[in-house]
Amino acid sequence: MSMKRRVFLKGTLAASTVGVLAGAGLLAPRAVLAAWPKSAFDATSVDGALNGVYGSSGAADSNSITIKAPDIAENGAVVPVTVESSLPGVDSITIMSASNVNPMAASFSLAAGTAAYVSTRIKMAKTSDVVAVVKSGGKLYKAAKNVKVTIGGCGG
Amino acid sequence: MGNTIKARAKIEGGECVVKMLISHPMETGQRKDKKTGKKIPAHFIQEVTCDHNGKVALSAQWGPAISKNPYLSFKFSGAKSGDTLKISWADNNQGESDSLETKIR
Amino acid sequence: MKKILALMAAAAVTVPLIASASPQQDVKLYQKYFLQKFPSVPLQEFANGVYAVDEAHRENWEAIEEFPPYDPMIDEGKAMWNKPFANGKSYKSCFGKPGVANKYPYWDAKKGMVMTLVLAVNECRTKNGEKPLAYKKGPLAKLLAYMAFQSRGKVNRVKIPRNDPRALAAYEKGKQFYFARRGQLNFSCASCHMQNAGQKIRAEVISPSLGQSVHWPVYRSKWGELGTLHWRFQGCNKQVRAKPFKPQSEEYRDLEYFLAYMSNGIKLNGPAARQ
Repeated sequence: MSMKRRVFLKGTLAASTVGVLAGAGLLAPRAVLAAWPKSAFDATSVDGALNGVYGSSGAADSNSITIKAPDIAENGAVVPVTVESSLPGVDSITIMSASNVNPMAASFSLAAGTAAYVSTRIKMAKTSDVVAVVKSGGKLYKAAKNVKVTIGGCGG
Repeated sequence: MGNTIKARAKIEGGECVVKMLISHPMETGQRKDKKTGKKIPAHFIQEVTCDHNGKVALSAQWGPAISKNPYLSFKFSGAKSGDTLKISWADNNQGESDSLETKIR
Repeated sequence: MKKILALMAAAAVTVPLIASASPQQDVKLYQKYFLQKFPSVPLQEFANGVYAVDEAHRENWEAIEEFPPYDPMIDEGKAMWNKPFANGKSYKSCFGKPGVANKYPYWDAKKGMVMTLVLAVNECRTKNGEKPLAYKKGPLAKLLAYMAFQSRGKVNRVKIPRNDPRALAAYEKGKQFYFARRGQLNFSCASCHMQNAGQKIRAEVISPSLGQSVHWPVYRSKWGELGTLHWRFQGCNKQVRAKPFKPQSEEYRDLEYFLAYMSNGIKLNGPAARQ
């Protein structure tokens, strides 16, 4: 099966998908959105997930990406994660939990004028690096932060 | 239209800061029903879009690793108080969806 | 007084049934115990439970409180509060206003029992021809979330009427429950939440029981939903492998009476988010 490159915001879609999205009231006439990147979410490795989102997995380490997440997650089902970057022209942020069976948690497409900042809450199956990949100027950059996920004590 | 989206959109330091909570089970498809022993089918939001003045400011592709009753916050410029922000989501369950229009404060 | 001091000084093991140290003396000693155990934590901060004493997890909790998961449930509770019953009356007809959580629990002399807000809500419903709601979670918890939210900042001031010995007896039963060992693991509430408050049990830090009653209902991430105090009592009992009592049973209401009295002076701050 060929892995088609997915492009957000200016993507091409099969006509039937467009129909479904339009029917759900999700599509406005002017914006056509990419289909859900199934291969990224099904991937069992960080590289596989990145390939599914960006068509490539090479990302340079960057000090210009900040991941705010607790050192020790209180409950692996609800881990608050904030990713911010000072890199210029960031149009995409992808968040993965490297040790999850399927590392891909989310991918965000940012319009021009939208800050390189997203905050959400993710599920982590166990202690893992939270990996954030950012696309800036057509190139991929990454950072990671280790989050410990413990088995509960009395709380279960 | 359900009331699954709760959002706060405020101008802070020249940017519109958006915070939202969506009521959704975000089932992974791996959990077993304690009573029947059967797996509870995957049921999770796949896409969230946020529009301002007819333009998509942010769109998100989500998987089941986003927590139950998901939270999302982001920021964008070019908005002012009184503008409308539209937030929509669609899930994997035959494109079940909801949307909310909220005024930016 | 001597008995409760001896109790608290005891390193471990069996706790004797406490006869009549007065509740007023008990609360002074109880609060003093926690304030001495955690000298950098002011009294009001105990309303935040384990986060008053667990720096590591406080950051996690504050991130969640940015937009807490119980927030939409307060709105749902408000809608419930505003919706009239079939007979035209409403919760307002019974309670006057939603911010009354600080009036509970109280000793109801006529009924001869501890009345909780949960029971009062259902009493309001049944008096007006509505079906009672389930005690542990669901719609009742959401209504409680709204009432708790409207009650935030009100000082918890539980009373034990001096002219009714049955009230004192209920308080004493609650106190006995708190200090009695139970279950296969043979722990009492005090074993964990007094003696070992702030210590780790496996990977979790144990919360102090001072302030435990003032922040309900709670959205526990573990539950994935909003729940009530008595649901948590059940969970705690099960965790020491003791048979749980029913929510709103006399045992749990008396325990709530004791715990709430011990937290007198602390401002209510429900609903809350916990792991």
